[in-house]
Amino acid sequence: MKKLVGHYGAPLLMILPSILLIGIFVYGLLGVNFWTSMTDNHSAAQASGRKPVAFVGLTNYIELLLTEDFRHSLANLVLFTVTFLVGAMAMGFLWAWLLERPLRGGRLFQTIYLFPMAVSFVASGVVWRWLLNSNQGENASGLNRLFQMVGLDFLQNPWWNNITFGIVAIALPAIWQLSGYVMALFLAGFRGVPDELREAARMDGASEWQVYRMVIFPQLTPVLMSAIVIIAHMSLKSFDLIMSISSAAAYQTKVPAVDMFLFKSGFDYANSAAVGAFLLIIIAFLIVPYLVQQHRSRTR
Amino acid sequence: MQRRNFLVLSGAGLAAASLAACGGSGGSGGGESSSEVEVFTWWAQGSEKAGLDALVAQFEKDYPDLTFVNASVAGGAGSAAKDMLQSRLQAGDPPDTFQAHAGLELADYIDAGQLEDVSDLYEEYGLTDAFPDDLVTLLTLDDQIYSVPSNIHRSNVVWTNVAVLEAAGIDPSVVPADVEAFIADVEKAAASGVTGLSIGTTWTQVNLLEAVLMADLGSESYNGLWTGETDWSGGDVTTALEHFGALIELTNTDRDGLDWTDATQMQIDGEAAYSIMGDWAVASFQQADLKDGEDFGYFPLSGGEAIFGFLADSFTLPVGAPNPDGAKAWLDTISSQEGQVGFSLAKGSIPARTDVDTEEFPAYQQTAIESYAQDAICPSLAHGAATPVAWLNDVSDATSKFTTGASDVAGFQEELATIAESNASA
Repeated sequence: MKKLVGHYGAPLLMILPSILLIGIFVYGLLGVNFWTSMTDNHSAAQASGRKPVAFVGLTNYIELLLTEDFRHSLANLVLFTVTFLVGAMAMGFLWAWLLERPLRGGRLFQTIYLFPMAVSFVASGVVWRWLLNSNQGENASGLNRLFQMVGLDFLQNPWWNNITFGIVAIALPAIWQLSGYVMALFLAGFRGVPDELREAARMDGASEWQVYRMVIFPQLTPVLMSAIVIIAHMSLKSFDLIMSISSAAAYQTKVPAVDMFLFKSGFDYANSAAVGAFLLIIIAFLIVPYLVQQHRSRTR
Repeated sequence: MQRRNFLVLSGAGLAAASLAACGGSGGSGGGESSSEVEVFTWWAQGSEKAGLDALVAQFEKDYPDLTFVNASVAGGAGSAAKDMLQSRLQAGDPPDTFQAHAGLELADYIDAGQLEDVSDLYEEYGLTDAFPDDLVTLLTLDDQIYSVPSNIHRSNVVWTNVAVLEAAGIDPSVVPADVEAFIADVEKAAASGVTGLSIGTTWTQVNLLEAVLMADLGSESYNGLWTGETDWSGGDVTTALEHFGALIELTNTDRDGLDWTDATQMQIDGEAAYSIMGDWAVASFQQADLKDGEDFGYFPLSGGEAIFGFLADSFTLPVGAPNPDGAKAWLDTISSQEGQVGFSLAKGSIPARTDVDTEEFPAYQQTAIESYAQDAICPSLAHGAATPVAWLNDVSDATSKFTTGASDVAGFQEELATIAESNASA
């Protein structure tokens, strides 16, 4: 016992504050959120404790799923995530693949591609809001105007004002901002493959394509996994980008995070918490498999 | 070794952070000098800031031993401020007084037990006689009054660009008799190659919706929409929603990306003929050096009856305010004749008091003062006078759905009826 305290005592004491803080402010509040989401706390009087709050189980979740508007938000979220993920992956990988080979000015391009990540979503949202102006024809501005000027008129479209696919337009700035980051991840992955392995493969008579397919790509899997998890959870957190391009009430770009904000501002804490719980569950679906995989590869 | 170093460092960092946190809360708790009055608003720029500055100047003259502390939060036409205020009230850390739209927007705060009844102050400061009876009725909820208005705004004003109208062959001095005549004019203007009606993001669309509802339904039916006396599924509402749809068809297609200032700017630049916006738009025209009557015109949207779409900025006394006497002093200043005139002159609104000298006011405000005294008063939906916040949020969602084309008139009306039902029973 004494030995155990001697061995673990000091380190435990050191990390105790963070365990406590994380326990209360992350996991404790997660618990509060789940509790709130299962009550009928829908009004200002209940939110401030003047009227009683009752436990209603999963009623809020079910009612949310039954409303067409919330399903529209979820569909938007899926569309946004898929576009964002595929776009950022494809662009990032392409750039990394092009820059992986020694190239004059390669460093410069790396910096240029990585730079948008330094800009906040809110700041870039203000610019993209103008670029994605939905006017066409005579009054066009932003990208639509650019298409006109270069004679690509058929590319003009209402961007984020399309009811069904509007949210995809908002994925464009998100892709623009994060593909540089994906590129950096993949570049690090490429650089992590020792030259000896490539040389050995070439000595064995592998073509350039075979070198990539059989030697390099398999070693990029961990990078690919981290990139997917990072981009996917960023897409759930794109509230600021969506709000600075569109607005909270705009139907065409509603996502669950916006619903959460609106419920909260209308003193409907229970529904707000329920939407938050939905978001957490969605993230868990993405992240838990990743953590499991990480754990396995570490303990292997 | 490295890991141990890291642990020591992170532990030290946490300790420092928690110390700093203690110091921070101790510091703000210690600053309880009773001479400070913290006033929470969303008036952070433009004509609104000018109005606040005018109030502060008056306040310092009236109460030289009190210090004004500006707690304004900018952004989102007040939504950022309201969100922050909600957190502060919930945490039991209210400012001494905060800005709110008079009317049912206050209902949530009252339900939450966060506001003091200020009816006594109305007696003390002699406001019951100074304010018109209609206003006092609108401010009274369950026989109690929870806020003191600093000024009045009108929400249902049609603004015109005179030159654009003349180019389209419309006589700018003729006021359309009803909504249908107005739509015909907008169509005529749109046919001349400009945007017929310029509009911005969702709340400005709700502002248009309420103006059309007021004009088509008349004051009594319109007011009944919020009390349950008027049926949302009725035929006259259908007509109004059809009119609303027809007007939206004539607006700029990039509306959802614009704020009201952008929509007004389109008129100032001669790109749009009409807009419907509250009377704070007059400040934009004046700042652009357009001349009243020559370059821009205005009239209330009407279906025959003269209606004043009402909203008011007002101040409250939160429960648990650190300095309630200071807050009362602030309420005294904003409700005094000097305070109301100074503020309204700077912000482009009109005083809520009827006993002030109005000669100083510019032409637009003169007409508004006159109509305010005569016309039927309808509470504004878009600005929190008619409904609690949740109801307005739901209507905004439904309106956005309709204007993006995700629902038709029948679907829109059905949704509005459902919203009214669920919110009235809540």
